[in-house]
Amino acid sequence: MTEVSAVGEITRVGETAQRPASSDPVLSVEGLSLDFLLRRHILHAVRNVSFTLERGKTLCLVGESGSGKSVTARALMRIVDKPGKITGGKVVLNTDGNPVDVTALPDGSKEILKLRGGKIGLIFQEPMSSLSPVHTIGSQIIEVLRLHRAMSKKEARAETIELLRQVEISNPEEMIDRYTFEFSGGMRQRAMIAMALACDPDILIADEPTTALDVTTQADILGLIKRLQTSRGMALLLITHDLGVVAEVADEVAVMRYGRIVEMGDVDTIFHAPQHPYTKRLLASTVKLEKGRAASQSRPRAETVPILSVRDVTKVYGGAKEWFGKAAFALKAVDSVSFDLHAGENLGIVGESGSGKTTLGRLILRVTEPSEGAIIYRPERGEEVDVRALSKDKLRDFHRQVRLVFQDPFASLNPRMTVKQVIADPLVVSGGMTGKAIEEKVAHLLELVGLDPLAMERYPHAFSGGQRQRIGIARALALDPKIIIADEATSALDGSIRSQILDLLLDIQRQLDLSYIFISHDISTVRYFCDRVAVMHKGKIVELDTAEKICTTPEEAYTKSLISAVPSPDPRNKRMLHRHRFQA
Amino acid sequence: MTAMHSTAQFHDEAGPAVTPLKPTGGREEIAVAGQWTLIWHKFARNKLAVFSAAIIVLLYLIAAFAEFLAPGDPSASRPQYTYAPPQPIGWFVESEDGERRFQPHVKGYTVEVDPASYRRTFVPDDEQIVPIGFFVEGTPYRLWGLFEMNTHLIGALDPTQPMYLLGTDRLGRDLLSRLIYGTRVSMSIGLVGVAMSLVLGIVLGSLSGYYGGWVDTSIQRLIEVVSAMPTIPLWLGLAAAIPLTWSPLQVYFIITLIVSLLGWTGLAREVRGRFFALKTEDFVTAARLDGSRERRLIFRHILPSLTSHILAVVTLAIPTMIIAETALSFLGIGLKPPVVSWGVLLQDAQNIRTVSSAPWLLAWPAGAVVIAVLSFNFFGDGLRDAADPYES
Repeated sequence: MTEVSAVGEITRVGETAQRPASSDPVLSVEGLSLDFLLRRHILHAVRNVSFTLERGKTLCLVGESGSGKSVTARALMRIVDKPGKITGGKVVLNTDGNPVDVTALPDGSKEILKLRGGKIGLIFQEPMSSLSPVHTIGSQIIEVLRLHRAMSKKEARAETIELLRQVEISNPEEMIDRYTFEFSGGMRQRAMIAMALACDPDILIADEPTTALDVTTQADILGLIKRLQTSRGMALLLITHDLGVVAEVADEVAVMRYGRIVEMGDVDTIFHAPQHPYTKRLLASTVKLEKGRAASQSRPRAETVPILSVRDVTKVYGGAKEWFGKAAFALKAVDSVSFDLHAGENLGIVGESGSGKTTLGRLILRVTEPSEGAIIYRPERGEEVDVRALSKDKLRDFHRQVRLVFQDPFASLNPRMTVKQVIADPLVVSGGMTGKAIEEKVAHLLELVGLDPLAMERYPHAFSGGQRQRIGIARALALDPKIIIADEATSALDGSIRSQILDLLLDIQRQLDLSYIFISHDISTVRYFCDRVAVMHKGKIVELDTAEKICTTPEEAYTKSLISAVPSPDPRNKRMLHRHRFQA
Repeated sequence: MTAMHSTAQFHDEAGPAVTPLKPTGGREEIAVAGQWTLIWHKFARNKLAVFSAAIIVLLYLIAAFAEFLAPGDPSASRPQYTYAPPQPIGWFVESEDGERRFQPHVKGYTVEVDPASYRRTFVPDDEQIVPIGFFVEGTPYRLWGLFEMNTHLIGALDPTQPMYLLGTDRLGRDLLSRLIYGTRVSMSIGLVGVAMSLVLGIVLGSLSGYYGGWVDTSIQRLIEVVSAMPTIPLWLGLAAAIPLTWSPLQVYFIITLIVSLLGWTGLAREVRGRFFALKTEDFVTAARLDGSRERRLIFRHILPSLTSHILAVVTLAIPTMIIAETALSFLGIGLKPPVVSWGVLLQDAQNIRTVSSAPWLLAWPAGAVVIAVLSFNFFGDGLRDAADPYES
């Protein structure tokens, strides 16, 4: 590693540390290396990583999946799973003037147990799986307190209520006796934070703490972590793949790739004067909410007849009459939704989890049967197809023209079929093509989605997530469709691959006459990809307008809160923490 | 605070840092490896399972070549050698002039009569030497009912002389020959029985899992009723109903039928569960949206994902069948002499007097059952673990 630049003194406002803010680092990592001894090879997961954490400061470890950022954080607490092994370097923890090298402590020793939770608190990504489902939230935190701080039961309970109050759980006296499943995702993450804070740690490690959460909840949780860090004067190590989150909360940033820190520096420098080509690429691939649509498409012709019209489509789950004529609990997953899709247009459907956006996509295809409403498809001029009235055979024809691209590139390809078989399956089913013609078509499709046609004999497991998603797109294109419904098609992918796939979809649209319905929770992606956007909330479309308008001057209160919660990937223009809140 | 800005050298890395331990080159192979190759790779890592598989293959080879491997006729009895103990094989003979030469042999027997009880016991007689050899001529037989042969793998050079490597039973029949012939019946009853359960289990299980709803409900209730039956009394009743006039072959088939009628429920449940899980998989939905009809969906997309799991369940079901047959025959309601199976052999070891005076009658058949059942269980476990090479 070479030192490239040194940025001068930076003053920060709002630093009210309880503890004396010393310039000594509370934790310094020097040349940390970590190997995974696998069956066929040694994977150097972390290579010569050095950084320091200081009180009241936030370091963000950024990287794509597999870059070694989580393993690095786990190594600090010595909780790396086998067969991982620290092979070099030092982790010096200096909380009270006596520096301790964490890597030198014997496994399972008292010092290590004390350090976990006591000195370093950890927040995981998945709050559901890191909290026990069979104990109350309170008893889990009380246990930590009694173990680490030797409190009596009564003291621990009082302290737990106080902690829950600090993490802004309303009515903590009552919530302490609730179980994990009674908490929402955001509340669970708050409880997790309370647990991590129970022993008043000097360092807080947050490993993708908001990745599983909706944007508005993410903004709440990040705001909370930031406030707690400032008030307690902790050092924060935040691990994330989201550059937007980094720009909002980081003081310093370390960019990791393949186990190495490729660039480290002040957040402003990283975002505005990056040195390493990888950092530059990473920033370039971040879709920005402010950025308009990549391809200046001809504006949708509003006067033309839409290719697909959805009218008052409703899906009710439950609600059937029970034995004694009492109606059971019913849930309206999609509540009289109407929209039009024009030929050559990209329509985005945005919403948080549970808003009914995925169900809506499946209702259009009748994978799930709609309870009410009409879906009219107009393939040719003057021709009208009532999708809900289609027989099984006619529905197959409809499915040939309206295709679905799935979210999970791993689950959506049959692992037991070669790529050729996967892509050719719709062609084989529709019949009328010779084996040779099918093979040529598959080769052509693979080229279209940017894969080597020679790879068609391989099985899906030989491909990465992004490549698999390309295969899924090739399958969708095999029957020359008119409409593609992309259901969270890029959510499972890393940032740089996401923008590649989005550009691929736009590129294909330019070559073929296609319309997209793009379902996503990620507003920035939708802004980049779509002409018009429908915002869904609790099964209803609350606002439907051009992407430009939705993202810049939304009208509805819910849309406003959603847009303002999106982290902005520019540290000079923080948005999320001064956002507009919405009470439903 | 001074922020340090540092960057690594600008060379671009293409992938994670890796130090190979073994010479690779398998990447390309893995890329085009189908599910069975991957299953084999995973299975081969489980040494115990591979070893068990070898034993199972060996047992079926013994079953296939029983006539050739057995030294004699399993039903030929020699009353002069009842309860004769096993003879160890000696390799060298010392002639009168003190010269040692290679001659495989067993020692003959002398009879001692207890003067008080008049009970006859056999003791090996060092003086009598019965020369034995490999590929000797003996009792004629038809291999698989086709080839007229009389060569046996091992036997006494003079067929009239006694050679009982595992001892004899109550009627002076060679236990080794009987055990080998019993392998054929006991091991095949597992296969035939499972084949029948397989058909019932897969058909009902997939109907139940694919259609769901009332089809599923009724099939599941049927399974519950069948599994609620107490097996032993039911077997007893059914077996008692077999007419005495039936030939041993007919009895054999009816017994497999009885055993498999109760054995299909577990398999049907497994298949149903897998169907439920697979039905909602994205790739099945994708295939449906590709226009696949239900038949194609089941046979092209769902069943290939199931076969390895079914195979594993079947392997684990075979030992249950073997145990069931053994139990029935042991109780005297299953197969009946002259058919020989491990269970029939164990009938001879039913009383404590036999066990104390001729322990080999218990040890060898019981040992065979234990080895076969354990091997199938370890093999099935290994197969089940390897059945889904795509998870995790």
